[in-house]
Amino acid sequence: MAAPPHRPLLILLAGLLVVASLATLAEAIYEDQVGLADWHQKYIGKVKQAVYHSQKSGRRRVVVLTEENVISSLDLRSGDIFWRHVIDKNDPLDQLSLSLGKYVLTLSSGGTILRAWNLPDGQMIWETNLQTSTASNPQLHVMSNNKVAKDNLVLVSAGRWIYAVSSIDGSISWEKEFSLDGIEIKQVLQSPENGIVYAVGIAGSSKLALYHLSAKTGEVLKDIQESFPGELSGEIVLGSDNVLVALNKARSSLFLIEFTSGRISYNKVHVSDLVQDLSGTFKLQSLSNGVIALQTPSTVSLLKLKNTDGLEVVQRFDQPAALSDALTIAEKDEAFAIVQHMGSQIEFVVKFTSDASSAMIREKVNIDQHRGNVEKVFLNSYIRTDKSHGFRALVVMEDHSLLLIQQGEVVWSREDGLASIVDVTTSELPVEKDGVSVADVEHNLFEWLKGHMLKLKGTLMLANADEVAAIQALRLKSSEKNKMTRDHNGFRKLLIVLTKAGKVIALHTGDGRIIWSNLLPSLRASRFGVMPSALRIYQWQVPHHSVMRENPSVLVVGKSGAESSAPGVFSILDSYSGEELNAMRLDHSVVQIIPLTLKDLSEQRLHLIVDSNSNAHLYPKSPDALDVFLHEMPNLYFYSVDILTNVIRGYSLQKSCNIEGDEYCFSTKELWSIIFPSDSERIAISETRKMNEVVHTQAKTIGDHDVMYKYLSKNLVFVATVSPKAAGDIGSALPEEALLVAYLIDAVTGRVLHRVTHHGAQGPVHAVLSENWVVYHYFNLRAHRFEMAVIEIYDQSRADNKDVMKLILGKHNLSAPITSYARPEVVVKSQSYFFTHSVKAMAVTQTAKGITSKQLLIGTISDQVLALDKRYLDPRRSANPTQQEKEEGIIPLTDSLPIIPQSFVTHSHQVEALRGIVSIPAKLESTTLVFTYGVDLFYTQLAPSRTYDSLTDEFSYALLLITIAVLVAAIIVTWIWSEKKELRDKWR
Amino acid sequence: MAASFAPHGHLLLLLLLVAVVLACLGTAAAAGSGEGYTIAGRIKIDGANAKGFGLPAKTSNTKVILNGGQRVTFARPDGYFAFHNVPAGTHLIEVSSIGYFFSPVRVDISARNPGYIQAALTETRRVLNELVLEPLKEEQYYEVREPFSVMSLLKSPMGLMVGFMVLMVFVMPKMMENIDPEEMKQAQEQMRNNPVSFSSLLARAQG
Repeated sequence: MAAPPHRPLLILLAGLLVVASLATLAEAIYEDQVGLADWHQKYIGKVKQAVYHSQKSGRRRVVVLTEENVISSLDLRSGDIFWRHVIDKNDPLDQLSLSLGKYVLTLSSGGTILRAWNLPDGQMIWETNLQTSTASNPQLHVMSNNKVAKDNLVLVSAGRWIYAVSSIDGSISWEKEFSLDGIEIKQVLQSPENGIVYAVGIAGSSKLALYHLSAKTGEVLKDIQESFPGELSGEIVLGSDNVLVALNKARSSLFLIEFTSGRISYNKVHVSDLVQDLSGTFKLQSLSNGVIALQTPSTVSLLKLKNTDGLEVVQRFDQPAALSDALTIAEKDEAFAIVQHMGSQIEFVVKFTSDASSAMIREKVNIDQHRGNVEKVFLNSYIRTDKSHGFRALVVMEDHSLLLIQQGEVVWSREDGLASIVDVTTSELPVEKDGVSVADVEHNLFEWLKGHMLKLKGTLMLANADEVAAIQALRLKSSEKNKMTRDHNGFRKLLIVLTKAGKVIALHTGDGRIIWSNLLPSLRASRFGVMPSALRIYQWQVPHHSVMRENPSVLVVGKSGAESSAPGVFSILDSYSGEELNAMRLDHSVVQIIPLTLKDLSEQRLHLIVDSNSNAHLYPKSPDALDVFLHEMPNLYFYSVDILTNVIRGYSLQKSCNIEGDEYCFSTKELWSIIFPSDSERIAISETRKMNEVVHTQAKTIGDHDVMYKYLSKNLVFVATVSPKAAGDIGSALPEEALLVAYLIDAVTGRVLHRVTHHGAQGPVHAVLSENWVVYHYFNLRAHRFEMAVIEIYDQSRADNKDVMKLILGKHNLSAPITSYARPEVVVKSQSYFFTHSVKAMAVTQTAKGITSKQLLIGTISDQVLALDKRYLDPRRSANPTQQEKEEGIIPLTDSLPIIPQSFVTHSHQVEALRGIVSIPAKLESTTLVFTYGVDLFYTQLAPSRTYDSLTDEFSYALLLITIAVLVAAIIVTWIWSEKKELRDKWR
Repeated sequence: MAASFAPHGHLLLLLLLVAVVLACLGTAAAAGSGEGYTIAGRIKIDGANAKGFGLPAKTSNTKVILNGGQRVTFARPDGYFAFHNVPAGTHLIEVSSIGYFFSPVRVDISARNPGYIQAALTETRRVLNELVLEPLKEEQYYEVREPFSVMSLLKSPMGLMVGFMVLMVFVMPKMMENIDPEEMKQAQEQMRNNPVSFSSLLARAQG
């Protein structure tokens, strides 16, 4: 009668699973649970423009514009965000200004959209569309103390157009198109005379035109044109009130142009006469009052105008330095700031334009080493209590962080590099050693004692306010979810992110705090203006057995330039400390990175890098890695998707390589290719399974006790193509000309396993492939709704295994390996459903063993993440499921997928400009960790089938104890009764 | 905002006409950004702050998205929004506002009858007479915590256990009384033949 001991457990687990999944399909949290297991961080990105609000009283704020296309109002005291708007990438922000002290004006989309935002709360007040020709550099000029019209006019110049827009309601008060051939307006200036506006434009390449316009009507009052010898580069700045400084195309000389006297007169100055050994590109910056700055990547020279006669060099800085714009301060004087690097410090210098050679303030500020050079400075002044002027400045660093410096100190800093995450990986935390806590606080005996004294004081109610705060901080640090050690459930990990600036940052999953950060020297811009780009981050070494004592490490791969043939850059970092262990410049380019499942003796993961010559390079370059690799090489295949030429190619590896003496280099052999006809199909997307995905069962039991075998090939690739006409946005194609074709391809043989055509469908396509199914999202033009389709693929060749006799007699082929060489007999089931929203990103939950049912994580257009049960996307759903199917858990068919608000994993948060969703399995099978990034970061824990393997925090222990107590009491009472009754019976 | 209505087909649907502000400007533009139409409409969120769960219904958080992200604009304080220079064709407008569920809207701009714009909700297929977008429902992102009740306590597994126990203790003897006395006697005789009592059971377990 004794059953195998594991059977009841399995049944129990299955029963629990069924109960848990039947209980509810939506998994939601209560409002008071927000922040327990999740965190949300808001960022803005690298600041490119900043405008201070010059309000004398009230909250001091600064409005910034960033490279992530965010406009935001920040608190100058703390750096907190008052409000923020993330503008779409298709609508790039160009200019920012303040008007009337209460409106924030932004000019975007090449000078075609002007918006006004309310400064206190960020509400959009008005939006005006301007019709302009394609403009390279639109300008925004807010007229000051304009007496002509009642309200302030805003002048927008873009290309050949000038618009005057009322800043009250956004109505266009006048517009002017200049008819001169090829003219582009470069500067709009307010004349000292009332009611006159100067517009300076360059026509063709050598003609300068100056217009005097009436500020009231836009009528041209005067029109002066002058041709210049040689060509102008188009770079033109205002030197002083009446002098323009223009750069010629050869970038060798400057023209000093006087323009107010009714005619244009100019003087030519050679740059080389002023500044020697000027290499590379340089740019001009006006500081007004006759001071201009000449900036190269490594030097800054300050030049002063001597009327129009010439220029003289005032000062030269040979360190990389950043220069602020001129700031008008009370006494009609103007100040500007220069910030330059001095070892571990930065030097903050404020000068007056009237006396540029001497410094008004010279402060040295200590700064974190991992922030790189200063890139931008925005100066602001304030009145001290003794009526003198104080200065503070916002400093943008190379790692995109934003600092406020004041009185020689960093007042606050924002780690805004996190707004531009390129790639994410994870690392385990150190194992907790017996007896000794690894937590930082308790490293030092004294600190440890102090901590315990504090806690003792706290319990005895002797602590003062500061000490209470310290205890709170200690508690937070050592509280269960924020510990710096590995936990039993695998919830505590390090999220290691790579940002666009080339900075690697490790975040703790407990509360999202930064554990370490490192701006990689190999990914920093060099002095020659080569801009390296960060590509990917991988786990490099995950120590297990023999090398347990070593720290894990991560690999960062980058490129030392924008073009595809630029040589690659490697950097290996310690996951616990962020120290760079090894950095190398590769002598080949990086086109494709293939992390292999193989490891060498020191448990370093093998990676193949394919270069632009189609050679594959093996890393790490160690003999035992080579041994391991050579053993597996005949079984290694890879494929590449070339979207430009519309081809998918499959390759195998060969020993020889053209490079002599490099045994780690392998040549590749093209095995197959699929060429899509360019006139009818364009590759929209290709997806493959996640390498680390674990599948628990190979078979699926369906209602009538039949078994279907999943086609589980790691080489399955999903490719979707769209017809060229439908490659654009929605609304650009008619249903008749739109076509979407979905392919399932075996990446080893190039065999197309399945092909399905959706007529009248178009992109954008988002897809996710997991186990034996793929789910993809596209737009159905006929129904004019979004759709999600599912394809499940089953292996028919193993279907005859369900014969029990064969199984007993051992004639089954269950143990036969899945091979791509054999032609598989596959059966495909598919279905499609309507889905309400546009999708920005899609992912699927990953769990440690793959037992837990899957949920799709859908990043919607509203920057939320929806968890949708995979069971809704079951191709076997039918309108009237049979009793057996109902028991199996098949949901009756509906034409659209439900959107249950409680299943938004981001609940009431939005992950602005959502770009990616990553699901990381925890050690606990029921739970997966979800990290979502965009401009914001969001992290949460998710249990797709509820936490069936652990008690929730909600579990009522009191109730359990009461129940036990009641049961025990009842047993005792019954026992006593029973005893008495027995006694009575015996007496009878 | 000029709007007039015209019948269309036998469905007698009213079409929304939106002022074609930029038609003449568009032809004048050099870059040929073409003849474009303006889609203008309004977002109406009723009961602002009424049933809020810490989410004030502010239009400042409301984005209006054309064609899945081709263009994004914001609603003004009064709820109005506009897309300029939209070519003729069939377009999709989505509204993103945290706390509310909006249906996407299909907008047809006729090329033959310039300026005739037709709009319909894609979720309910309801045709809109005016481009006034209202949320279909409010979105409640959190589970509502049920107040403490004796029933929920009893329904829990532990409650059921206690309940069953109580039932056995108090109801079983009553049921025994109802059993036919003869059957009872039979059963008792059986019991006597092999006496098993609760106390002896316990005693045996201890031993």
